[in-house]
Amino acid sequence: MNYLLPVIQRIFYAVMLLVAVLILNFSMLHLAPGDIADTIAQASGGASPEMMAQIRQDYGLDQPFLVQLGQYIGKVLTFDLGYSFFYNQPVTTLIFEKLPATLLLVITAQLLALLLGVFLGVFSARNPKGIVSYLVTFIALFGYAAPVFWTGILLLIAFSLKIQLFPVAGMIDVTVEGGWFVRALDIARHMVLPVLTLSSIFLALYSRLCRASMMEVLGSDYIRTAKAKGLSERQITYKHALKNSLSPVVTLAGLQFSAVVSGAVLVETVFSWPGLGTLALQSIIARDTPTILGILFFSALVVIVGNLITDLVLRLIDPRVGKSS
Amino acid sequence: MTPLLQVDNLRIELTTRDGVAPVIDDLSLQLNAGETLSFVGESGCGKSMTALALMGLLPEGVGRVASGKILFDGEDLTQASDARLREIRGNEISMIFQEPMTSLNPVYTIGEQIAEVLRRHQNLSKKAAWNKAIELLDAVRIPNPSARVSDYPHQMSGGQRQLVMIAIALACEPKILIADEPTTALDVTVQAQIFDLLRDLGREFGTAIILITHDMGAVADMAERMIVMYAGRKAEAGPVEQVIEHPRHPYTKGLISCVPHLIATLTEERPELTEVAGIVPSLRDFGRDQCLFASRCDRADQQCKSSRPPEIEFDDGQSSACWHAEQL
Ligand SMILES: Nc1ncnc2c1ncn2[C@@H]1O[C@H](COP(=O)(O)OP(=O)(O)OP(=O)(O)O)[C@@H](O)[C@H]1O
Ligand SMILES: [Mg+2]
Repeated sequence: MNYLLPVIQRIFYAVMLLVAVLILNFSMLHLAPGDIADTIAQASGGASPEMMAQIRQDYGLDQPFLVQLGQYIGKVLTFDLGYSFFYNQPVTTLIFEKLPATLLLVITAQLLALLLGVFLGVFSARNPKGIVSYLVTFIALFGYAAPVFWTGILLLIAFSLKIQLFPVAGMIDVTVEGGWFVRALDIARHMVLPVLTLSSIFLALYSRLCRASMMEVLGSDYIRTAKAKGLSERQITYKHALKNSLSPVVTLAGLQFSAVVSGAVLVETVFSWPGLGTLALQSIIARDTPTILGILFFSALVVIVGNLITDLVLRLIDPRVGKSS
Repeated sequence: MTPLLQVDNLRIELTTRDGVAPVIDDLSLQLNAGETLSFVGESGCGKSMTALALMGLLPEGVGRVASGKILFDGEDLTQASDARLREIRGNEISMIFQEPMTSLNPVYTIGEQIAEVLRRHQNLSKKAAWNKAIELLDAVRIPNPSARVSDYPHQMSGGQRQLVMIAIALACEPKILIADEPTTALDVTVQAQIFDLLRDLGREFGTAIILITHDMGAVADMAERMIVMYAGRKAEAGPVEQVIEHPRHPYTKGLISCVPHLIATLTEERPELTEVAGIVPSLRDFGRDQCLFASRCDRADQQCKSSRPPEIEFDDGQSSACWHAEQL
């Protein structure tokens, strides 16, 4: 009971938040000029007002705003995100089709950035005047300052055009044949540049934060106690200090994970990666309202689930989290 | 008998923005096995620095032993390797700190933190170390130890955390325990409890204690000998009762007059040291060739202000660094 109550509470808030996001998304898109009828008319090279009205009637766009909103929320609550007129597919199918590619990209980039960031952070905190520490400062400056698409294009020019190490675009080379291993290797080759690009932002964040929090922890009283016990440098760094300095990094990583879609849009576009980001961009251009709404809803869902998971991990790391001291 | 610990002419330098300053200058002391030696002196006079130097834990890049020897069982710790120092720390010399609230790692249970030092120095198995941890919690008089052992530090009061620190420090039955103002951050009722415990356990384990404190009552109560520090230098040293009854340094006199009932109620009350009038010299001035107390002393003459007083030994084991010690 004691453990369950806060969990139920959080889930309740999460659902309320989702509904609020739904209403906001829907209202904003409704306010924006243009709808699917315009797109269809454009695509078919013009249409009469009667035909436009017919299309709007077919898709229920002539109904009052509140009725449309009510219908939409009702459908979403039964996990029906609607039908894409542009792709001629249910939005849910569309999203789940593109999701694996995005998850693969984002999770790999995150893990790489986390591992490398924590390693660099710890190492440079132990030698604040060493070369690695300056490297972290450089990475941080570069990661903050350089736009992702610029980094991506630069990597493309360097490593797929000048030195032809990696493919220019896409995720799978259809000409490659062979068993699962050969195909996995092909995907991995396609992943290298987009993952590097995407993780450059994360790496900047994590390495700097980890260095700062590690330096703070290393100066704390309980580290002095650990030294007074006669423990080795390794035990002090990795057992006593690291676990304490991880909390802020995990919090930040949770926030970043939430940005699955937004973070991937630019990178996916630069590398023509067939994921949610590309889908989002295309559906915005096509004014494919159900798909845009679906993706937005899905992003909100990811944010909320991400926060719940972050909370859980923080509780695992630090026994004080979630308890009044 | 050779003393357990012998410090010879220790000089510790701190590198600060203003340059290098001797935070401890020409300190010598001896500590016999099983005895309690007390360090008193105002805030900033270098008590904690001395303690950290004995542990080999001076703040990295800031503090260093510039000269002198720290002989522990005949072995000079200032020359010892890091590995050797780690072997000694927590095992033969251990320390408890001024800040019980923050001295324990918040993300591990207290059982793990006690067991860790046993596993490090006594090669106990996980299980055996855990059981010993429970025994130790019982020894430091924490009620219901077998349940409390899996508590986290934030679930304990400041006094209990200090008791846990004592359990960690005494786990390997060290030869020396350095207690750096163990009760400063705690309230009065807990203070008495901690001092009682330190005295009893010190006797039980035969551990010599270096007690750093502002609490003159505790000094009188616990220590055989005391050292009065002033601005990084030894002002006076000697057997406790003798120093309190007949101080041979104006600074000691000032300290004692701040607690008038000290001798009458030697053990009952535990009055805090209050300030002696005047300003403590800043770290920058610690190296001056003069008596650093001169600016606050009503006996000070030209000699006090122009050259550092030597340590004058008296035949009863008392010593004083004052030009006028004989007249006091
Ligand atoms: N890390 C540090 N860097 C620079 N100066 C320091 C550092 N630690 C201590 N000092 C200085 O060294 C001097 C002695 O400090 P120390 O902690 O030994 O005093 P103390 O006698 O223990 O005082 P208290 O009773 O307040 O604990 C002080 O002037 C202090 O400002
Ligand atoms: Mg101190």
